[in-house]
Amino acid sequence: MTASLQKGINALREVLDAPIASYFSSCVRCGMCAEACLFYTETKDPKYTPIHKVEPLRRLWEQEYTLTGRVKKMFGLSKPVTDEELEEWSPLVYDSCSQCGRCSMVCPVGNDITYMIRKMREGMAISGHAPEGVIGATKRTIELGSPMGIKLPALQTQISKQEAETGLTIPIDVQGADYMALLSSMEIINFPEYLGALAKIFHNAGVSWTLSSEAFEATNSGIQIGVADLARDIVMRIVTAAEKLKVKSVISPECGHAFTALRWEGPNLIGRPYGFKVVHILELLDELRSAGKLKTTGKESEALTYHDPCQIARRGGVVEQPRRLLGDVAADFREMSDPGVWNWCCGGGGGVSANDRAEHLRLTAFKRKKAQLDALGVETMVTACANCRIVLEEGLEHYNMNVKVVGLTELVAEHLVEQEAGK
Amino acid sequence: MRDETLLDTLKRRGISRRGFLKFCATTASMLALPPAMAAEVAAALGKVRRPAVIWLSFQECTGCTESLTRAHSPSIESLIFDAISLDYHHTLQAASGHAAEEAREHSMKQDWGNYLLLVDGSIPLKDDGVYSTIAGISNLQMLKDAAAGAAAIVSVGTCAAYGGLPHANPNPTGAVSVSEIIKDKPIINVPGCPPIPAVLTGVLAHYLTFGAIPDLDDLGRPKAFFGESIHDRCYRRPFYDQGKFAKTFDDEGARNGWCLFELGCKGPTTHNACATTKWNGGTSWPVQSGHGCLGCSEPDFWDGGSFYKALSTPISPVTGAAAAAVAIGAAAGVAIGLANRQTKAAAKAAHQKATIADLEK
Amino acid sequence: MNAMDLLLWSRGPGLGIAIGIFLFGMVLRLFEIYSLGRKRDLAPARTGGEGSGWRTMFTRSVPDRAQFKRSPVVFTTGYIFHIGFFIVLLFLLPHIELIRSISGLSWPALPTPVVDLIAVITLIALIVTLIYRIMDPVRRLLSTFGDYLAWTVTFLPVLTGYMAYHHLLFDYTLMLALHILSVELLLVVFPFTKLTHMVTLFISRWYNGEWFARKGVAS
Repeated sequence: MTASLQKGINALREVLDAPIASYFSSCVRCGMCAEACLFYTETKDPKYTPIHKVEPLRRLWEQEYTLTGRVKKMFGLSKPVTDEELEEWSPLVYDSCSQCGRCSMVCPVGNDITYMIRKMREGMAISGHAPEGVIGATKRTIELGSPMGIKLPALQTQISKQEAETGLTIPIDVQGADYMALLSSMEIINFPEYLGALAKIFHNAGVSWTLSSEAFEATNSGIQIGVADLARDIVMRIVTAAEKLKVKSVISPECGHAFTALRWEGPNLIGRPYGFKVVHILELLDELRSAGKLKTTGKESEALTYHDPCQIARRGGVVEQPRRLLGDVAADFREMSDPGVWNWCCGGGGGVSANDRAEHLRLTAFKRKKAQLDALGVETMVTACANCRIVLEEGLEHYNMNVKVVGLTELVAEHLVEQEAGK
Repeated sequence: MRDETLLDTLKRRGISRRGFLKFCATTASMLALPPAMAAEVAAALGKVRRPAVIWLSFQECTGCTESLTRAHSPSIESLIFDAISLDYHHTLQAASGHAAEEAREHSMKQDWGNYLLLVDGSIPLKDDGVYSTIAGISNLQMLKDAAAGAAAIVSVGTCAAYGGLPHANPNPTGAVSVSEIIKDKPIINVPGCPPIPAVLTGVLAHYLTFGAIPDLDDLGRPKAFFGESIHDRCYRRPFYDQGKFAKTFDDEGARNGWCLFELGCKGPTTHNACATTKWNGGTSWPVQSGHGCLGCSEPDFWDGGSFYKALSTPISPVTGAAAAAVAIGAAAGVAIGLANRQTKAAAKAAHQKATIADLEK
Repeated sequence: MNAMDLLLWSRGPGLGIAIGIFLFGMVLRLFEIYSLGRKRDLAPARTGGEGSGWRTMFTRSVPDRAQFKRSPVVFTTGYIFHIGFFIVLLFLLPHIELIRSISGLSWPALPTPVVDLIAVITLIALIVTLIYRIMDPVRRLLSTFGDYLAWTVTFLPVLTGYMAYHHLLFDYTLMLALHILSVELLLVVFPFTKLTHMVTLFISRWYNGEWFARKGVAS
């Protein structure tokens, strides 16, 4: 056994826990999870059945942690997990799973398969079976601070631009602010309007906020590739900065997995609760709305729909907030089929969009979203995740679809009732 | 008298030819022969000369003999029984002591190779068979000697056929059936505790008529009488199908004559003719009297658990085994649980902080 | 050994051994699962999700409508054979008598012809699931020896019970013995195959429901 495989197996031994043991004990191989997975429904290739993607993990669990498995192993009746097998499984674990969590909602015996894939990546990554693209993104995050290699000067440039555009100051490194906002690299590069929108909304609502020059990147490639040690380092940057600035809350931006990383995995990665709260931007906007601090005017007249980012809706519990916000700014909001916690993924979550090897598969899987949109016939799709946004735009372009994708925060900002200067 | 035919004997006893023919027709139908065969049965039986029969009684209670001789009235069945030349039967014969044994030996010698051997009771094998002897001869020895010259053997009653009550747990005398000792002679089992008289006479009639033993099932019983289960022929069967059951011996269900399954009736696994021939001249039979079938014509019927517990219940309590299994399972569980924790702890100890260099192989 | 010996063995020592192995195995499996433990979740949970684990244990039995439409065969046959199996198991009088003799609990039985019909439907549903398992690419890929074993030991008790009742193939005594032995085989195999899901699915659903509820989602 190679040293790297040894490490991988060891990592899997570490992550196997009582929930996973009960999941494997319960699986009846009914295959219903296949129909919940867009990588299967759009390809009809049985190897994309979610539970099949964790087969090596199942065998290892059986061999290491059950009496029958130990006996089978002793008599050579159960084949060991090898490098070749993990390599074969790499596309299944990384390319064809966006960690969307739909299978976990469908499984009749209640198996959280997504949870298992997340855990399995721990062993895959450390034994060298993660895809190149995802390794690259992780490397850049660790070495440069962001998966796209964006550094502070790039942010500063965008800050200046947005300040010029909005006429507002974008605070940075303000001690004792109530909120510390984070951004995803995609927002910094592709959708800087988000930053301007925040400035406008917070200015109007009188929210005290800041950015941090030490931790502005919200994304966490560590949890996508599945290396807890690296994910911890990445999340720790934010924790350190937030605790240094003594903010009350940290705002997770319009990015799905960043919310999962910071809100749900973070405290477990660092082994302690934070000294601050984590809110998703949509949660905050909804709070402001309820408090009457977010007043909008006028509504989009054209028909539009909302794409639920998996990590924000199904895996994050933010479902009603975007609909309330849209109710204020859209005159003709139309719900897609399977909305909310039953949404279908854009196809690029969980590191798939960073994985060049998966591009063809991702575009094939996009047929699901295409079918949903075709059935609905709208030309504007609002969402709240920069990664979804990129992936959706690529898919729409690939299939020559005339649908515009808009970030919800920006849309809200556009309809803001601007306070008069000096007031 | 030995040269008298069966018909002569019956006539002498006041049985009319009509009565005899009726008996033959009934016997033929019980034997599942076509009606036309009744005449042949009558012709054959009528001509039969009294066959020599030796009856040996071993570990038994005389219930079988009682059953066969104490029919409610002098029936043709009992007369058929009378019509055979019963040369030795230590309950019925007048002779005793040496005279009786001499009669047996004489008869054996005279009809060597032709007599019919009837046996009731089981044979003890333990401690050289000392538990049951007759005139100082062990049952085993007597059976072997008598069987050697027999044309065929009829095991009368469940003890002779399957060991019966003496064979029941813990079987202190090592009792066995006839067929476990005698392997080289045709044996007809007529089990029952006691057996139905009409069944025994029917078997004798068949043997006398055809000079051969009837078709037997895999337990050596004549199929004609033991081919169907009590349950299948039971007049209470419709109640089983409707789910109507007596819960106690004096409840409404019992008074309404509902199925006795819950009260322990073994009818479904018991093969006998009780439900069709009935007992005491067709008066009644156990289930009709309100009691479940005990399964007396089946092997080991004493060891099948309580007579009053349903067939689908365990014979012996399982709670002890269950409690032990849970305890052993928990002990094994704790052991493997500790091993699992050790494996996990070792994995944690072997954990080296991952770096980006680890990602590329 | 004759049929009656076999029946007596199956009702006596056989049953004790089978129940023993079943309980031993299941207790062992539960220890195996829980011994692996679970880290306490340090992320503050959303409020309002208390008791969701318990809720999901039951709600997961009812499929989402859209999902039902996507896997109609699995859902339909799955429901039929599960419900059918349990009706036959729990509402045939001899079975109730067995339960009563062990536990003291009893309830009214269904008329035998009704149970008989349900047994036939259950057998058909089980055969359809087997055919689907063999023919459908997804299920064929997932299936292992253990799946076919589990199917066999589930199918046999229903089949032998049906055959015993209708006096098919063998004499009732032998068929009844085979029926009881097939149930004992089921009990023996149970803890070491996917059949454990009958117990562990409640653990899984609890974890699943609890996990989602912490995030504010009813799963």
